[in-house]
Amino acid sequence: MATAAFADRGADLELVGIQKRFPGFTAIEDLDLTIPAGSFFALLGPSGCGKTTTLRLVAGLEEPTRGRILIGGMDVTAQKPYQRPVNTVFQSYALFPHMTVLENVAFGLRRRKIDDAVGKAHEALRLVELDHLAARKPLQLSGGQQQRVALARAIVNRPALLLLDEPLGALDLKLRRQMQLELKGIQEEVGLTFLHVTHDQEEAMTMADTVAVMNKGRIEQMGPPEELYEAPRTAFVANFLGQSNLLTGNVAGTTNQAISVDVAGHRVVVPRDRARRLAGTVTIGVRPEKLSLHRETPASDPARNVLGPGRVSDVSFSGMSTQYLVTTPGIGTLVVFAQNKTFGPMAQAGDEVWVSWSIAHGFGLDDDPAERPGRAPDDDTRNVAVHKRPALVPERGEA
Amino acid sequence: MAFAAFATTAAKSGEPAPRRRSRVALLLLLPGILYLVLFFLTPLVSLLLTSFQAPSEFGDVGEFNYAFRWENYTEVVGAYLPHILRSFGFAFVATVLALVISYPLAYFIGVSSRRWPLLQSVMLVLVIAPFFISFLLRTLAWKQLLSDESFVVTSLKAVSLLAPDAHLTGTPFAVIFGLTYNFIPFMTLPLYATLERLDLRYLEAGTDLYANPFHVFLKVTIPLSMPGIVAGTLLTFIPAAGDYINASRDFLGGPDSQMIGNVIEANFLVLLNYPIAAALSLILMAVILVVVSFYVKRAGTEELL
Repeated sequence: MATAAFADRGADLELVGIQKRFPGFTAIEDLDLTIPAGSFFALLGPSGCGKTTTLRLVAGLEEPTRGRILIGGMDVTAQKPYQRPVNTVFQSYALFPHMTVLENVAFGLRRRKIDDAVGKAHEALRLVELDHLAARKPLQLSGGQQQRVALARAIVNRPALLLLDEPLGALDLKLRRQMQLELKGIQEEVGLTFLHVTHDQEEAMTMADTVAVMNKGRIEQMGPPEELYEAPRTAFVANFLGQSNLLTGNVAGTTNQAISVDVAGHRVVVPRDRARRLAGTVTIGVRPEKLSLHRETPASDPARNVLGPGRVSDVSFSGMSTQYLVTTPGIGTLVVFAQNKTFGPMAQAGDEVWVSWSIAHGFGLDDDPAERPGRAPDDDTRNVAVHKRPALVPERGEA
Repeated sequence: MAFAAFATTAAKSGEPAPRRRSRVALLLLLPGILYLVLFFLTPLVSLLLTSFQAPSEFGDVGEFNYAFRWENYTEVVGAYLPHILRSFGFAFVATVLALVISYPLAYFIGVSSRRWPLLQSVMLVLVIAPFFISFLLRTLAWKQLLSDESFVVTSLKAVSLLAPDAHLTGTPFAVIFGLTYNFIPFMTLPLYATLERLDLRYLEAGTDLYANPFHVFLKVTIPLSMPGIVAGTLLTFIPAAGDYINASRDFLGGPDSQMIGNVIEANFLVLLNYPIAAALSLILMAVILVVVSFYVKRAGTEELL
C-alpha cells in the first residue's frame, strides 16, 4: 500500500484536464499542471480564483467534476483522502483541541501503525523547535507556535507531497517573514514537494521556485518569480504581482529587436522578445521602480523611453522609497518609486517632471485592450478588502 | 500632562464602581437566593431530619418524632437494595439506548443537514413536538400499544418472536422502553447543540492524516462532542434513576420492575412511612451525586466546554 511507507523523496504532481463545478459556478475550468518532484510550487491568486479548490482536489477533500490527478505517476483521482500520500497544513491549522501537541503530531503515524510514533513525533517537534511544549494543548500556544505544530504534524508523515493552504495568513508580518524562511529551510532539508497556496504575492515570490498566478479558475502565467515579475504576460499578473504602469496604444513600427507603440503621441519602444502582441492596439507596461524622474527634459537617448512633461500630483514617503504620482496629459497617472538615496523628495506636488525608463525594462501584454481596460491598477479598496478577508476570517473566528 | 490628567480621572471614577456593582449584583441575586433557601435548602434539611425520625409511641399511623434513628438507613438498604440496583441499572441501560438512538439523529440534524436550514428546523421541531402532549398521556398511549391485545404483541406472537403467554407491559423491557422513549429529546438537544458547532475542518484534518471515516469518528468526532454527550447523558440518567411514572404499575411497570421512585412514592403517599421515604430519597440523591461527579471527572471535558 502506498501510504504504508515514508516517501523518501517528493513525488511529481500532475493535474490533467481538471474541471470542478459547484452548484451555480465553475471553480476551475480545464486546469493542466505539472509540478516536478522536490520543488516548491506556489499557487497565487485572489480569493475565489480556485486556488484553494485546487489544493482540496489534490488532498482528496473535493472530487473533480472531470480530469485526473496523478501523484508520482499513480492515478489517485478515485482515492479517498486518507489513502493519498499527501498531507495538508490547513489555513486554520485544524489542530485537534482535545489532544496534546505530541498526540496531534503522532496522529498520522499512529493511524498508519508506524513504529515509534512518539519518538518520530518528538523529532518533528524538535525540527520546528517546539519539543519543550509537547505536553501542552494546542489552545495554550500562540498563533505562530500552532502554525509550527501544524507543519510538524504534516511533515512528520514524510508525505510525497505537502500542501500548504495559506498557513501563514493569520500571522503578523514579522512572524510571517520568519516562518517563510523556516518553511523554505525545512523544504530544502527534507526534499519534499511543496504546493503552497497563497494570496500574498511577496510570500509566493520569496518562497517558491515556481509561481503560478491563478485567476477565475485558470492559470494566467506560470514560471520562476523573477520571470513573472519582470515579464508579466497579462494585465492581471502585472497588477497582482506588484504594481505596474500600463499604457495602451497602437503599434507604429516593428523592427527585428523592438516594437514601437504610439501612446497619446509619445513613442514608446518595447523589446520584441518581451512583447506578446506585435500589431494593432496593445497594452505595454513598466514597473514603477524602473522609472526615473527628471526635473528637466532628459537628453535624448535611444536606449530610454521618455514621457513628459507631466505634473507630480502626489508624493508619499514610505521609508526606503518615495512614491510619486505623475499625471501626464493624454496618458494618465504613472506611479514612480524612487529610492531615498538622499534626504528629501526629488520633486514636490505640482512640479513639472519627465519620466524615463530603459527600453529593456518595458513589457508588452497578451491581453486585448479592447476586452480589458488595462490602465486601472487593481488596488481599489474593494479588491484589497476581498484579498484580505481570508486572512481576517480565522482571526475573527478565534475572537 | 494630558495623559497623566486622563489617568487620574479614570482611576478616580473607576474606584467606587466595583463596590456599587457588587451591591447591585447582590440585590439582583437576592430573589434567587431567597427562592433556593425557601424551596431547596429548607425542604432538604427537613427531609434530612425526617429521615432520622421514629414512629411516635402512642401516635397514629403517619405520626413521627425526631429520634436520630439512623437505623432507618440500614433497614431501607436491606429491604430495598434490589430496587436501588434496578433503578440505576434501568437508568443506565435507558441512557445508553437513548445515546445510541440520539447520536445519529443529532448528527444528521446538526452536521449532515447544515446546508438545508429548513430541514434542520423541521427535524428539531419533530424532536421537540412530543413535549406538546403530557408525557403521562404519551406513556399511557405506549401502555395501550404494548398491551396484550395490541397489534404489536399479537403480531409478535403470530411470528413466534414472543411466547404465547408472554406480556410486554409490566416487564423490565417495557419500563426501559418507556424511559428511553421519554428521555430521547433530553439527549438529542444537547447533542445537537454540540454537533451543530462541530468544526468540520477537524474531520478533514483527520482524513488528511490517514484516518478512515470510522477512526475519524472515534478519535475526533466523539471526543469533540463530549460536552454534548456528558450533558445529554446527565439530563437522561439523573431523572431516569428517580423516575416513578414509567415503572409504575399504572403505566408500563409490574411487580418485578419497581424502581426506587415507586418505593419512595408508596412510602410517602400510601404507607405514610415518611422516615423511610426520606432516607430512600437521600440515598438516591447521594448515589447520583457520587456517580455523576466521577463521570464528569472521567469524561474530562474541561478544555472543550
